[in-house]
Amino acid sequence: MSLSIKATRFCKHMVVSLTLSTICVAVNAASDDPLKLGLVSFYSGGASGPVGIPSRNGADVIIKAINEGTLPGSYSNSGKGAGGRPVAPVYSDEAVDSAARVTEYRNLVQRQGVDAVIGYASSGSCLAITPVAEELKTLTLLYYCGSTRIFEEGARKYVFRTMASQDVENIAAARYITSLNPKLKSISGMNQNYAWGQDSWRDFKESLDQIKPAVSVKTKQFPKIFAGQYGAELTALARSGADVVHSSFWGGDMEALILQGAPRGVFDDQTLLLTTGGTAFYSLADQIPEGTVIGARGQGDMFAPESELNTWFRNAYKKAYGENPTFPAYYMAQSVLALKAAADKAAKAKGGAPAMDEVRAAMKGIEYASPAGTIKMARANGHQAITGVGYGTFTLVDGKPSLKNVRRYSAECVNPPAGTSSSDWIKSGFLGAQCKQ
Amino acid sequence: MTLLLAILIDGLIYASWLFIVAAGLTLVYGVMRILNMAHGSFYAIGAYAAASAVGWYFTLGLPAWGAFAILLLAAISAGVVAGLVVERGILRILHGRDEVIMVLVTYGILLIFEDLIKLIWGIQAYYAYQPYGMLGRSKIGGLTFVNYDLILIVVAALIAGALWFGLNRTRKGKLLRAVIHDRESAELVGINVKRLFITTFAIGAGLGALAGGLAAPAIAVNPGLGIEVIVLAFAVVVTGGLGSIEGALVGAILIGLARAAAVNLLPEIELFVIYGVMTCVLIFRPHGLFALPTARRI
Repeated sequence: MSLSIKATRFCKHMVVSLTLSTICVAVNAASDDPLKLGLVSFYSGGASGPVGIPSRNGADVIIKAINEGTLPGSYSNSGKGAGGRPVAPVYSDEAVDSAARVTEYRNLVQRQGVDAVIGYASSGSCLAITPVAEELKTLTLLYYCGSTRIFEEGARKYVFRTMASQDVENIAAARYITSLNPKLKSISGMNQNYAWGQDSWRDFKESLDQIKPAVSVKTKQFPKIFAGQYGAELTALARSGADVVHSSFWGGDMEALILQGAPRGVFDDQTLLLTTGGTAFYSLADQIPEGTVIGARGQGDMFAPESELNTWFRNAYKKAYGENPTFPAYYMAQSVLALKAAADKAAKAKGGAPAMDEVRAAMKGIEYASPAGTIKMARANGHQAITGVGYGTFTLVDGKPSLKNVRRYSAECVNPPAGTSSSDWIKSGFLGAQCKQ
Repeated sequence: MTLLLAILIDGLIYASWLFIVAAGLTLVYGVMRILNMAHGSFYAIGAYAAASAVGWYFTLGLPAWGAFAILLLAAISAGVVAGLVVERGILRILHGRDEVIMVLVTYGILLIFEDLIKLIWGIQAYYAYQPYGMLGRSKIGGLTFVNYDLILIVVAALIAGALWFGLNRTRKGKLLRAVIHDRESAELVGINVKRLFITTFAIGAGLGALAGGLAAPAIAVNPGLGIEVIVLAFAVVVTGGLGSIEGALVGAILIGLARAAAVNLLPEIELFVIYGVMTCVLIFRPHGLFALPTARRI
């Protein structure tokens, strides 16, 4: 009988010990245990060429350097891996419908067991994925989508965005175009007929209303996304005779606008302002009308401040893919580095490989270096990045694309302060904006 | 006056592009009763082939005007080859099946082609913009248009004329019309329907590819091109009446003019107006404007 009780106790101890050790292994990731990272963007379809593939390439360059411990600059002594763990990417295509994107996200987390997800170029994807990420309690970094609704519609615990929201580039666009043309009298708009285009136009127009209230709108065109044929819209723009044509067209649509508008001379007398024009900067250099205002949704690519990290990134990317990294590559790199910076910070505090919850906690409000400059997670309770935004005017110098009148607006100049919605901030006349003149 | 002119010219340019896309689709349906979703793929293949060929041509340093011939040749030949492969490889086995099954099969082919295109051309954009600006531009009533676009109207008119002539004034055309009217009777009187199917499908695919090739100089040729265009092409052929070349022409003109009017007068309804025209037509003529008479089977 006594032997039986002892045996039972022994078994109980064994079960408890085994359970505890299993839990410990699960919570404290071993340093050689790869950090499985879901990477989602448009790897097929119309957005793959201008956005998805440069993003993937940017991620691959950074992940390779993280795993080899060869990142330069402030990361040079950070060792191999993110928080000591090698990063293992798992790719998933965003070019599916909204319902399938959610399914694919669940698949990444629940079946493939990724530790974190970085992704989503489309605002629709981000809005669909955010509640699911919160439900599945999975660290998710939005790297490219612009919708302001992500953090304005509720506090987030597991979702972060490592680039500025879409309003910021349009606020900066309004500042730039009024500094370029102080006599600006009229504008027209050419934006895609969905949230991105409508919101971009609204933020640009409302910002202009604050900066230069007398500016009138001649025409606002909202063609269907991926329409491809813009003959009638270009005629309407030509007839409008506005000083500036604002367009948040991106990818193939933006390129088609250049290819169809430039030979017609529509932008000979009107300044074309392309908030995402940076992706066509190299590929359509001999087609972009002289004087076109080019943006890159932040400080990526041609607006990236000089730094050891930026020079290394450009060279490593060019060596790997034979071309310059466009700004989507920068913003994906920016997001992967956020994970690295947070994981390293958490590992340092803990003295070993951190659990993902510890990485998430370290991510809140973090300030870290990226090829596009310093990124501060300063809005939405430390979940939303603020970044500077650059704009310049396109010109050809000896047949090579170049920018003149380059202006970089600091993060504090064009980002709404923490706790203030974008719309309220614009309507307040950018209260508290710190802009260097 | 300038506004009317803008609507008329923009409408006709857009209608020309729509008609060239839709003509092959409606021809194939008329003869073979296949609502060919893969028509979008032929459009994309034409655009890619043209962009690749034009890009290659300009590296040779040959006279620039030769690019037009290369563009047309590359697009049409790629489309015809792809069409023959699809017809002989897949559709041949399924002739006579229910129309819904054929829609599903051709949709599958469209998806396969999407991946094949990526395998062959990759996912980076292709450009063939040189021919677009090469012909200069013209001022009409104070408005500037690219001559390439204006020539598109002439090309569409030529294609419409050639199709009309081919169907109504040639022996092959008359045979085709007999098949369109009643396939079984046509077979009974000794018409080689299978051979006509091959020819028709190749012409339809060639027209789809030609549309893509002609569009290529004005766009960035990207993956996903075919899927975007097929919905518009369906709107045109349904408006005009499935299987009717005249219907495709009138449908394209109606939609083109309506869209141009919307863009210039009320841009907010631009997207709605295309399908609004289609809906209005279908309310009053459920089979489209030029629906072909169908024999009543007892």
